[in-house]
Amino acid sequence: MIMVDNRIDNSPTSSGVHPLKFSLWLIIISIIMMFAAFTSAYIVRREEGNWLEFELPTILLVNTLIIILSSVAMQWSYISAKKDNLSSVKTGLILTFALGIAFLVGQWSGWAELVQNNIYFGGSTSNPSGSFLYVLTGVHGFHLITGLVFVLLTLIGSLKYKVHSKNLLRIQLCTVYWHFLGGLWLYLYIFLRINH
Amino acid sequence: MSSTDISIHPDVHHAHDEHDHHHDQNFLEKYIFSQDHKVIAKQFLFAGIFWAFIGGFLSVIFRLQLGWPEATFTFLEPILGGWIQNGKLDPEFYLALVTMHGTIMVFFVLTAGLSGTFANFLIPLQIGARDMASGFMNMLSFWIFFLSSVIMFWSLFLETGPAGGGWTVYPPLSALPQAIKGSASGMTMWLISMALFIVSQLLAGVNYITTIINLRTKGMSMTKLPLTVWALFFTAILGLLSFPVLFSAALLLIFDRSFGTSFYLSDIYIAGEALTNTGGSPILFQHLFWFLGHPEVYIVILPAFGLVSEVIATNSRKPIFGYRAMIGSMIGIAILSFVVWAHHMFVTGMNPFLGSVFMFLTLIIAVPSAVKVFNWIATLWRGNIRFSTGMLFAIGFVSLFISGGLTGIILGNSALDIQLHDTYFVVAHFHLVMGAAAFFGMFCGVYHWFPKMFGRMLDEKLGAVHFWMTFIAVYLVFMPMHYIGIAGFPRRYYNWTGFETFNIFTDMNTFISLAAIIGFGAQFLFLFNFIYSIFKGRRATQNPWHSNTLEWTTPVLPGHGNWPGEIPTVYRWPYDYSKPGAPEDFIPQNVPFSATQSSNLPNEKDLE
Repeated sequence: MIMVDNRIDNSPTSSGVHPLKFSLWLIIISIIMMFAAFTSAYIVRREEGNWLEFELPTILLVNTLIIILSSVAMQWSYISAKKDNLSSVKTGLILTFALGIAFLVGQWSGWAELVQNNIYFGGSTSNPSGSFLYVLTGVHGFHLITGLVFVLLTLIGSLKYKVHSKNLLRIQLCTVYWHFLGGLWLYLYIFLRINH
Repeated sequence: MSSTDISIHPDVHHAHDEHDHHHDQNFLEKYIFSQDHKVIAKQFLFAGIFWAFIGGFLSVIFRLQLGWPEATFTFLEPILGGWIQNGKLDPEFYLALVTMHGTIMVFFVLTAGLSGTFANFLIPLQIGARDMASGFMNMLSFWIFFLSSVIMFWSLFLETGPAGGGWTVYPPLSALPQAIKGSASGMTMWLISMALFIVSQLLAGVNYITTIINLRTKGMSMTKLPLTVWALFFTAILGLLSFPVLFSAALLLIFDRSFGTSFYLSDIYIAGEALTNTGGSPILFQHLFWFLGHPEVYIVILPAFGLVSEVIATNSRKPIFGYRAMIGSMIGIAILSFVVWAHHMFVTGMNPFLGSVFMFLTLIIAVPSAVKVFNWIATLWRGNIRFSTGMLFAIGFVSLFISGGLTGIILGNSALDIQLHDTYFVVAHFHLVMGAAAFFGMFCGVYHWFPKMFGRMLDEKLGAVHFWMTFIAVYLVFMPMHYIGIAGFPRRYYNWTGFETFNIFTDMNTFISLAAIIGFGAQFLFLFNFIYSIFKGRRATQNPWHSNTLEWTTPVLPGHGNWPGEIPTVYRWPYDYSKPGAPEDFIPQNVPFSATQSSNLPNEKDLE
């Protein structure tokens, strides 16, 4: 049952948005729902008492600045791609990737700082207040790794001259996702600052 | 996790290019790792039917125990082995049976099997698309579901049994492996399986929504969509918003079980020994779980709404009554489904004021539900009804939805819930309104779209027997359950003969069990009909039901790409049945107004 004459539709989609871009936004919505669940659980649980208060690791502020810088680099790379400035595209992506790694290393040392202050993820001395911090940063970190994979794939594409003003989709999606991850961390950081 | 599919984008970059360089597909590409939405739909259907029989079989076993509590079940030893001790069912295995029955039916049959089958099959065909937005993601969705199914199926054969803490897996019971056998490795596998299941559902849902929004054919505006597509659209949105929350809840539960955290655990003594966990709250889990759990019941029932609306309009030979009201009521139900979750938790010690807020919101759902029921009945009213098997199941659905919905109004009251909570009244309510009703919606869909799926017809006589046996059995099972539920008979109890109060219900329980066994037996008629008709059924014509929607404009067995030539353009809504002045009693969506001048309404004259 193979159709012989299958024509492709080159007409624009009924919404005017590329389907993959649309899918990415839907995926972002589902990630938002996940963190909405975590943070609302955090608030509900905190209201009930028996909640250990402790200082947030100081490095989190540095990490926040790093991830904002990485978003700037990503945006620079995207604008360069639009202008066909191919070497800046590569530099921007490499910078984004490096800053992303730096962020993850920073988060890791934030965990180390927590352990030094006897705030553990699990075990007999742990309290949900500490465990929640590990979960929020950990799940965000996991998503950031998926973002890094995406940046890496875009970078490989750019090395093969596949990222330019006529072929923007990949870097566009990558930029949207990366800004989202940065924004998500910003939200989490402000959330933790307020509710601490 | 919801985001891991990012890396696959390069592969699916131009999903639609694949049609122009067609190579001969081998067996593996065509039937196993197919990216064709129709094949994936059938894969979901077969998997759903398989799970439905497993889930039904489990319920027959626990109905045997409930119906004949004093009997010895040595004859079950060949199947259940060590779970039968001296002819008696192991009590902890009983708990595992009800848990797995619930899990399998709610998630694997009525979520994956129902929307997996019909969203995949009908969305591209009815909106006029060659395939889903991303065939690869679609394939991935099925195979992740398959992996999740394998893990869940495997857990049935563990020595400690599958999960046993109820399908809602409330901690602390589910969080402590030492609590019961069913919280040991069976529970771990349950959580892994469900995590994969959620990933699969999210991939599928993203695809459904993207396809409906982006890939509609020329002329197919949102208000010309068949109600099936609208229903599947809302289903996918509900899933996209609620499943991530279940994922969060499950993740925290996994941490509590395996990493020593205390999100849900506090001040627990097991065998006189205190656990070190402090600071957790088991109620937190219930909030997170029911934030998914309540939309989930609409994820189950909304596709059935859509299928039934379509089948009722087609077989009444009348336009659906209140097309926009149908969409509006589905929007209403979808929004309300997110703000009623705590009506499952009235007796958890919640603030009574909060309870009354949730009660109020819950009772409002009766309004859009009643709108839908009214519209179905009004569509049937004085219609030129053809009692095809699909139509019988559609009418049966409306009947069950009314019967089950009425008790919802009773259960939604926080005061009445104190008496009725966790009794068989609840069991009867949700089995009628979402269990049996969604099954009827599924049967209605299978009987109606079988010719499009397999190019052959199901046997109508056997179908009618199947319908009447199932319909009668469902009422015989669940009507008496209301009665014993009002009397306070609690659900999930393995043995009730020790209670003076409940002893008088022995005969009624036996009766329910007999009806359940007959109802289960009737499903084998369907299975036979289904398998036989795939190979030997009467050959179908292109449009056997004289239906208006686009899927019937494809060849009898559409290939990859659905339409051999150009995709048809849509000119009208899908419900032009029995239009006055038209030569036939149906006008398909792809017939322009210029071709139907005799039947055009005054306001359609401009479109000629």
